[in-house]
Amino acid sequence: METALFYVFGTIAAAAAVAVVAARKVFYSAVSLIVCLAALAALYLLLEAPFIAAVQMIVYAGAIMVLFLFVIMLLDPFSAPILVDKRRYLAALGTALGAMGLVVVVPLVGLYDPGQIPHSAGGPARGALGTTATIGYSIFTDYLLPFEATSALILVAIIGAVVLAQRRPQA
Amino acid sequence: MTVVPYLALSALLFTIGTIGVIVKKNVIAVFLCIELMLNGANLSLVAFSRFLGHPGGQVTVFFVMVVAAAEAAVGLAVTIALYRNRKTLNIDDADIMKW
Repeated sequence: METALFYVFGTIAAAAAVAVVAARKVFYSAVSLIVCLAALAALYLLLEAPFIAAVQMIVYAGAIMVLFLFVIMLLDPFSAPILVDKRRYLAALGTALGAMGLVVVVPLVGLYDPGQIPHSAGGPARGALGTTATIGYSIFTDYLLPFEATSALILVAIIGAVVLAQRRPQA
Repeated sequence: MTVVPYLALSALLFTIGTIGVIVKKNVIAVFLCIELMLNGANLSLVAFSRFLGHPGGQVTVFFVMVVAAAEAAVGLAVTIALYRNRKTLNIDDADIMKW
């Protein structure tokens, strides 16, 4: 069952990822990315990480992608001419390099011995591994310092975004 | 079900994202491909968290999402500023800092 669901949602995620790169218009890329993120959230549920799956849907597919779509609509790519790279060889080179990377990486993943991992046999992981309680306990004990540092990061990002995007008075 | 198929999918997503970053010419499209790469890395983190039985990987994914949100906000602000000043979204036209 887990295997079947993995292949269903894995295929959706991979196809949507290809569509992100292959789409001619940025808007379609963004919508494909939302599909990919939703499929990944399903995979997170399979991996017993319900909290991460919920955050993926609410924050990533919800908030961040809406921000992207707002900017895409604001800058109106439909009226702008489609950006086609005149140097087609660069696109071919990039694709070839990526395909070569996959050819190198995927056999390496296959060589990896999952026997060294305790729960790799597919046995039950600790039941409450991915719940909000476990993650929250972890964040506020072991990862308290990085968590507090994130608040400073977000504050800086808010101020930076406002300053960068505001319309300056004509001097 | 071992960790290996998840790692293969993770590598696939990351590679597709990398290809997009190299090939795409639109600033926002490059951003979307970077998000794809981040999600490829996230998948392997969650997979290892599950198979090692340790919540550290999921907490790291949480932090990655926070950083991705901050990066998207600042990056899109830069994109808007670029469009306002240069009237372009093509990364090849934003070469003023290229030596």
